[in-house]
Amino acid sequence: MIQYFSIMLIAIGIYGLLSQKNLVKLIVSLNIMELGVNIFIISIGYVADGKVPILSPIVNKSSMNFVDPLPQALVLTAIVIGVGVTALALSLVLKVKESYGTIELDEIRGDNA
Amino acid sequence: MSVISFIIGIVLVVSAIIAIEAKKLITSVVMLSLASLLAVVSFVLLKAPDVAITEASVGAGLTTAIFLLTLKRLGRRESE
Amino acid sequence: MKKAIAALIAFLFFLMFVNILNSDSEEFKGIPKFGEVNLTERVSNKYISKSVSGDSGEIVYGKTENAESGSANMVTSIVVNYRSFDTLGEVTVLFLAATGVAILIGGGQRKSLAISVNPIVKISARIIATLLLAFGAYVFIHGHLTPGGGFPGGTIIAAGTLLMLVADDKKRTSKLLKILEGTMGFLYVVIGIAGLLVTGSFLKNFLPTGTMGNLFSAGLIPIIYSVIGLKVGAELSALLDDFFAEEGRK
Repeated sequence: MIQYFSIMLIAIGIYGLLSQKNLVKLIVSLNIMELGVNIFIISIGYVADGKVPILSPIVNKSSMNFVDPLPQALVLTAIVIGVGVTALALSLVLKVKESYGTIELDEIRGDNA
Repeated sequence: MSVISFIIGIVLVVSAIIAIEAKKLITSVVMLSLASLLAVVSFVLLKAPDVAITEASVGAGLTTAIFLLTLKRLGRRESE
Repeated sequence: MKKAIAALIAFLFFLMFVNILNSDSEEFKGIPKFGEVNLTERVSNKYISKSVSGDSGEIVYGKTENAESGSANMVTSIVVNYRSFDTLGEVTVLFLAATGVAILIGGGQRKSLAISVNPIVKISARIIATLLLAFGAYVFIHGHLTPGGGFPGGTIIAAGTLLMLVADDKKRTSKLLKILEGTMGFLYVVIGIAGLLVTGSFLKNFLPTGTMGNLFSAGLIPIIYSVIGLKVGAELSALLDDFFAEEGRK
């Protein structure tokens, strides 16, 4: 069930990237796509009735039924890269605002002027 | 489990649509923060607490702060 | 009109992906059905039983000594032990992003707030920020036993910095943060080269891994995660400070 919602999030992100004209909205769309991709990658490692992949005094043997830890490790790093990319993109938006005086793509291209 | 994940998914998709279609930029940013927070719940349901704790501090905390600081520097006219 | 075409393209993408997800043909066997994963076919099975370089029997919490990777948290053992080189690359990407932000928008001075902040707010923000720093350090030191680790720990430290910066409009982060960040990145590479010299593989663990479940166990993992935590915390704090700096007045 959660897989369909994550694909829906990716589709919504693509729709936003294609239809929006505000630069900040485009970055919001990218973030939503990233959320969808992250949830999808985690969901392909899910095992039915699996346990959290952390050994503890209760879950204490490696032969128990765990979920796949490898997609989680990949997503863990992807999230932190995502915040770096977002910050760099937003600082570029600030520079665009400084040079052109606007953050609407139409006005930057000069379509409506 | 499946009922909860269904509700979470519906709210996640609706908040994502509002985040893209909202007129004000600040509504869009707050809805993105809400979507990140619901993604944290779905990560917990998918048995990934490591990812959930990272997404809670990064997605719902730091990204929102960076977006809001950018909106403050862009000025009042662009935020509406 | 343009929005309708965009919505159509997004909907077609959705249908295509759902079709791939539900198809039973041989071409798309890579994506299993939700919850029906067979872990014994995947490489993760070796990471769970910690038997990449030879079978070591069953791992038991609190009893197993000198396992291949002594971390009780399997995600941590993948991030900082088996795939540590990926993490080094990822930290480099984050460093590049922070440097880019500093070049583009950093360097200005802070504008003072229109309202004056109450001293009670300033002092209590200082107390809470100290607690947040301690909690961040707790999260990354215990990264091999509990959920968490260097990345969330560093972000929590950055949240403490954000609180200080919001509450006091004269406050700036120290220039020493950049030095701390560079030193920590250098230290990560030095640990890797030490592994190369001692064991013959870059970033391989050369310390005894101890009893699984103790704080002082898992060899290099707590050291590397502390390095990553301090680096990420310093990096994101400096990044937030760049966003607070206003352009124009030096």
